[in-house]
Amino acid sequence: MSQAAAAVQTDTHAEHHEELSFLYKYILPVDHKIIGMQYIFTGMIMAIIGGYFAYAFRMQLAFPGELVPLYGLVGPGEYNMLVTNHGTIMIFWVAMPVLIAGFGNYLIPLMIGCDDMVFPRLNRLSYQIFLVSALVLIASFFVRGGGFGGAWTSYPPLSSVAEYSLTDWGASLWILAVALEFVSFLLGGINFVTTSMNARAPGMKMLDIPIAVWFIVVAVILFMASVGPLVAGAVMLFMDQRIGTTFFLPSGGGDPLLWQHLFWFFGHPEVYVVLLPTLGIVAEIITVFSRKKLFGYRTVLYTAFATGGLSFVVWAHHQFIAGIDPRMANVFTVTTVLISIPLAEMMFSYIATLYGGSIELKTPMLWALSFIAAFLIGGVTGIYLGASAMDVYFHDSYFVLAHFHYTFFPITIIGMFAALTYWFPKMFGRMMNETLGKIHFWGTFIPFNCIFLPLFFLGLAGQHRRIYNYEHFPDLATQELQNIRIFATVSLVVMLIFQLVFIYNFFVSMFKGKKAPNNPWNANTLEWTIPSPPQHGNFKDLPTVYRGPYEYSVPGREKDYWPQNEPPEEN
Amino acid sequence: MKTPSSQSVLLAASELSLPSQPQRAKSPVSSGVVGMLIFIVTEVMFFGALISAYLVIRAGLDEWPPWGQPRLPVETTAINTLALLVSGLLMLYSRKLMQKDKVSEGRKWLGFSILLGTFFLISQGYEWVELIKYGLTVSSSVYGGLFYLIIGAHGLHIIGTLAFLTYAWKRLGAPVNPLTPEGLLPVQLLWYFVVCVWPVLYVLVYL
Repeated sequence: MSQAAAAVQTDTHAEHHEELSFLYKYILPVDHKIIGMQYIFTGMIMAIIGGYFAYAFRMQLAFPGELVPLYGLVGPGEYNMLVTNHGTIMIFWVAMPVLIAGFGNYLIPLMIGCDDMVFPRLNRLSYQIFLVSALVLIASFFVRGGGFGGAWTSYPPLSSVAEYSLTDWGASLWILAVALEFVSFLLGGINFVTTSMNARAPGMKMLDIPIAVWFIVVAVILFMASVGPLVAGAVMLFMDQRIGTTFFLPSGGGDPLLWQHLFWFFGHPEVYVVLLPTLGIVAEIITVFSRKKLFGYRTVLYTAFATGGLSFVVWAHHQFIAGIDPRMANVFTVTTVLISIPLAEMMFSYIATLYGGSIELKTPMLWALSFIAAFLIGGVTGIYLGASAMDVYFHDSYFVLAHFHYTFFPITIIGMFAALTYWFPKMFGRMMNETLGKIHFWGTFIPFNCIFLPLFFLGLAGQHRRIYNYEHFPDLATQELQNIRIFATVSLVVMLIFQLVFIYNFFVSMFKGKKAPNNPWNANTLEWTIPSPPQHGNFKDLPTVYRGPYEYSVPGREKDYWPQNEPPEEN
Repeated sequence: MKTPSSQSVLLAASELSLPSQPQRAKSPVSSGVVGMLIFIVTEVMFFGALISAYLVIRAGLDEWPPWGQPRLPVETTAINTLALLVSGLLMLYSRKLMQKDKVSEGRKWLGFSILLGTFFLISQGYEWVELIKYGLTVSSSVYGGLFYLIIGAHGLHIIGTLAFLTYAWKRLGAPVNPLTPEGLLPVQLLWYFVVCVWPVLYVLVYL
């Protein structure tokens, strides 16, 4: 084809895309950037609901039996519903959509230098199913009997028999929503892996792929390999609830432990499914803001593979006191403690990256550093819980609760803010306000520690998790313990108030912020070589990649960064 | 002008073709196939979970099948199994033909393969009706529940895959923009999976 004809072809193509109506651009898009933002915004709305639930039940714990402002009275059944759906929402409707589906969609094509996902329409379908799943979950709060209250792990027989759970419809809608959500991420995940494998820019070898993309791919593979059993379990639980089978009911020959195995076989890899994208985001941010090459790219990558592999053989550490064979508990103790080795190695690589760098404490960097600090506390307390001997005492106490909030809060909330503040200029073409960003950071990070550090001590004092009012337990109803609960709750309220700063900063910057240049952070990866925000189709010409993503402060170069697509100088 | 290398049925790709751009390195495996292989990994884990659920529940009961439950039709299902396996082989044969550019002949054998799959499905459906008459239902015992769960899950896969195959069969003969044999491969892979998992389920559940 001649050059002129080619130009005509390109032009008509561009025009064609400008004609997209509002409906096709924002409501039914196939553009990965818009779909990514749909996921991120839906996830943020769900985060508000999840945070509101946390506020309501924490107020009940601090001031039992009193009217909660902006909510009302929290009864025992309602308390269970709030706790259950707080957990479900934060993991399945915030962490997953924002970190994997949202940023995965937005970043993968931009970072590997291609125009869109390999299966754009599948991508759109994935979001639509996700939206339906969110609506089904929200609908479950309003049906007769209220939302499901059997904890996010949904153990039968409590979850499978309406007479026990008292939420006939809530329980079924809950499991239906979770199953739909998995179908949605299944479609999205197929897209992510295929795109990263088959659509990279010319010259981008496997070891030139940015860590953020690699980790999302590893996370997706973990998800795909672990979700099957939970879908099977969800179908079985749904049948138990609705058409009278007895898969999980001992009275009918079933086995309630079977659900726990199916659930946790998915549930534990799931922790790493949400952890890995955040670790990838943090790797991008700390290299950019310490102006140093990532320490041990291959080591970091291989530790992710090791973590992923090991995450399939640790699930029974959630069931140490559920009546499993003690010999099995020993095996799972060993594997659980083993998995901390690759993760620790990764953390050391990150800290080694920081060592000797010229660190700039911009807002994204603050989030990234606070992630490392907070996640270390979560990880270290996990070693206690992984040892079956100690877990027998700690199980279902606030120690467990504080432990997994020290992992999930950094993963979900800190990771989300790190990524949003870092890629905001690319997404919306404007800079966020640094001062407000820092106020929001400290207003979130300090209260976060004030909420959850005290809960470790409550757990050590023997405070059990699923109790809505401690006044009935003389050992736990002392004034000292109650003071700790009030302190944690007040910290939560402070943290929630500081989120208003973020919301203000986010929306004001989106429309009125300083115009962002193409590459505000002087980063190397491909998404920073194109205008902010990127046009439909991303790259005007497919970029050619010459080097890895972390070539910062290379000796002998004038600039301290070296974009991946910059041709090497001719000698 | 670059033509899309693969147009799969399940996962239709809309590749932008801008001729002036540098081309990506051609991947050895088409996107449709990569996507389908990942999906099959999930499916393997899904059926693996059903099988382990079956084994766990069966190990927990003294008598299997439980007292008073009808026996499953081993012989007729053996014939069915054979039909399904032959259908898989015909699918392979049709692919071989298409690779030798005999597309219309390959399409014919693909049609036979689909017909055998449909025979399997109808015959299984008839079997279910009979079993329900004999009193084996999802709620009659955990045995019945597992039977309908596992065989039903497989049956739904058969229905879905047959629907895609029939659509592909139609598209292969389309006068304008017909489906390429390579574009057919992902859905064929799914059919191989559905065929291969059946003998495992047959041995486990029926024998």
